[in-house]
Amino acid sequence: MLRISATPIDAGLELAQFEQRAPHAGGIVTFSGQVRPAASKGSVITLHLQAYSPMTEDGIEAAIAEANDRWALDQVLVLHRIGDMQPGETIVFVATASKHRRAAFEAADFLMDYLKTEAVFWKQEKTETEAYWIEPRDDDYADAARWTKKESV
Amino acid sequence: MQKILYFGRLSDITGMSEEMLEIPAEIETAGALREWLDLRFEASGMLLDPTVRIAIDREITFDTASLNAATEIAFMPPVGGG
Repeated sequence: MLRISATPIDAGLELAQFEQRAPHAGGIVTFSGQVRPAASKGSVITLHLQAYSPMTEDGIEAAIAEANDRWALDQVLVLHRIGDMQPGETIVFVATASKHRRAAFEAADFLMDYLKTEAVFWKQEKTETEAYWIEPRDDDYADAARWTKKESV
Repeated sequence: MQKILYFGRLSDITGMSEEMLEIPAEIETAGALREWLDLRFEASGMLLDPTVRIAIDREITFDTASLNAATEIAFMPPVGGG
């Protein structure tokens, strides 16, 4: 399940609802990404997230389908904010449920790497003095490449 | 008229996030449009950067792709959320 919305994410509530949808899972893994207060150049006042529908949704749905192909998952949930948000707010929430913990951990990790480097979003940090666009770091691409290597083995 | 979208940092260069444009008939491919717009915005090659991908009607394409029948053309710098 995927939801892209400008509405704030309540991670605790989402987890409670997710648990109810996956009563037979032996393990649930969740990841919450929060807006960092420290920017590369000063303090963040606002983080702006831009998407391009339906390319953004189609891409994430394909990544969820790939996660379902690679791991035995009972449930998957991806929530992503768009629009303006403040430091400390949840920007992304991923939950995976599986019979065993390893699949849930790996699938959540895989989905986060996709979201960081391939999901169709653009991020703009605004500080008191300027606004600038931020793009994935080399570390993000290296993280995402782990899953490609695995596939080619 | 075609709708042109400029995402992320490109909107800082173009001064807009989208526009309706009558593309000259001699501009037949995505790559030619990229070059024409780079000159038009005096973008000094920023639109030519290979990390900037072009989507025609929401499908990522190569620079050789034809603009024939395209209704929406998006210029997409590197993406990433989270």
